[in-house]
Amino acid sequence: MNRRTGLLFVTPALALFGVFVLYPMVTSFSYAFYGWAGTARQGFVGLENFTALFTRAPFTTDLPRALWHNVLFFVGTMLVQNTIGLTVAFLLHRRARTRRALQTLYAMPYLVSPIVIGYLWTLLLSPTFGPVNTLLTKVGLESWALPWLGDPDTALWVVILVSVWQWIGFPVLLYGAALGGVPDELTEAARVDGASNGQAFRRVVLPLLVPAIGTVSVLTFIFAMEAFALPYAFGGSTGNPAGSTDFLSLLFYRTAFDSGSTDAIGTSSALATLLFLLIFGGAFGATAVLRRHEKGITG
Amino acid sequence: MSVVPAGIGAADERTDVTSTPDGVLAPKGPSGRRGTRGRQKPVGGRTASVLLWVYAAFALVPLLLMLSSSFRSNGDLISDPLGAPWPLSFDAYREAWTAGNFATYFGNSLLVTLGAVLLSTTVSTMAAYALARGRSRIFRWLESLFLSGLMLPIHLAILPIFYLFDGAGLIDSRLGLALMYGASGVPFSIFVLTTFFRQLPAELEEAATLDGATAWQTFWRIMVPLVRPAVATVAVFRFVPIWNDFLFPLVLLRTQDKYTLPVGLTTFFGENATNYAAVFAGLVITTIPLIVLFLVATKQIVAGLTAGMAK
Repeated sequence: MNRRTGLLFVTPALALFGVFVLYPMVTSFSYAFYGWAGTARQGFVGLENFTALFTRAPFTTDLPRALWHNVLFFVGTMLVQNTIGLTVAFLLHRRARTRRALQTLYAMPYLVSPIVIGYLWTLLLSPTFGPVNTLLTKVGLESWALPWLGDPDTALWVVILVSVWQWIGFPVLLYGAALGGVPDELTEAARVDGASNGQAFRRVVLPLLVPAIGTVSVLTFIFAMEAFALPYAFGGSTGNPAGSTDFLSLLFYRTAFDSGSTDAIGTSSALATLLFLLIFGGAFGATAVLRRHEKGITG
Repeated sequence: MSVVPAGIGAADERTDVTSTPDGVLAPKGPSGRRGTRGRQKPVGGRTASVLLWVYAAFALVPLLLMLSSSFRSNGDLISDPLGAPWPLSFDAYREAWTAGNFATYFGNSLLVTLGAVLLSTTVSTMAAYALARGRSRIFRWLESLFLSGLMLPIHLAILPIFYLFDGAGLIDSRLGLALMYGASGVPFSIFVLTTFFRQLPAELEEAATLDGATAWQTFWRIMVPLVRPAVATVAVFRFVPIWNDFLFPLVLLRTQDKYTLPVGLTTFFGENATNYAAVFAGLVITTIPLIVLFLVATKQIVAGLTAGMAK
């Protein structure tokens, strides 16, 4: 195919992508460096919008709190989701007959909109009529029948665990695929040399799964930093109760569309830029470390 | 990726790619073909089997509760949250569908999602073909530009998108929303489709050109039918996040008549939080199309989920 025809084939995609993705992404950075009065752009103000994020109320309290929640969301998801996902994938490995069916069942909640998942669990966990607390009371665990979402101490963990529940099918599939690529000869050899199943897994299989674990970690990181719809369904745009389910994207949304402050565009764009740098920096840093590690194991 | 071997070998490789046992989209090397030989005992024996099925129940029971609760009356739900849905009552659906405006939301979601998927799949298939076959350096550069979009958190650009739409008269427009989603699907679609086009032997096009076919005829009549499985994967896999997306319709739509399901659901939940049965019905209505899609296209969805593993 010659160059001109090729470019003709690419043009529609490029135009669409350029206008609706690249152009807004690039301009969103420039927004952060200008003063704003409502929707009218004022002069260049340098980093003023960024300093506002660290010196002005409500950011001085909301920003660190939201960031902390995002970090907890990431760490909690990593620990719980990776542990369960890896264990399940390992147990499913070599169950050729049932693997596909089970993987499919685990992936079902992934399909459902986070908004639906949020409202569904809000209803299931409702203190008055919720099936979860009814069940706990029936089996004699009244003391466990807590107002899960009404209590600031438990609400965040409900959001995290529900998210893990929804996404578990993803690490199961990825780790399943990665395990399928580990030659059986390696584990057989370890077994012949007297290693137990557990030892063979820890010393032989696990190191070979590092690239897959890395991929899942990077994707989980991006996912955790962008969390929006699920916490919105649980706690609205203010992260109820008492800001305990507030996240950076919610703070961004509130600042941009709900705050009513005249320079909302400037400060919210500064926040978006910081969030973008956080996501990109984290993802790139982790990928670089992984590449080096991969080189290390493949020699 | 290295040069694709010509002729029958390459065709075999292609079928292998679309139907590997794990549904992985990546072409498998020789080490991926082992499972069938030397059958080993599953880890954990019967105990593990039980655990795996218990976990499957844990994944499904909340969704089943959602379904069964939607067929009960509100009074029933409050007096016995765990009761059975007999006799089936369709009142909650009637209420949500008409009084709750879910009929409108459903139509809007369908329109926006199908439009966006059709748009992004069409333009991406064309572009992917050129990127896979073009020899000039500009195509390598364009490919990296598109692929950089895989990492872009597009939701963070909502403000410029808002003002772009404001200037173009696309605020509160379903067309605007579809264009936006169509554009945001381009990187993933190009990523998957380019990989597939690269695996097709070049002889096919050379033969077609010798027979006097134009570039468009070669593309449309010969190449597109060959990548149909990948096109299906891309279309099905893009359907899910667009159908479920919340932020864009929340910000870009204004009138209730144009709301898509997630935003309509939020409005409905806000006004009817204690009408549990109708809310459950609304949740089911929002979810049903995805379940249907999943049942008819499990393979494509699973392939899409693992597409990130491909290099």
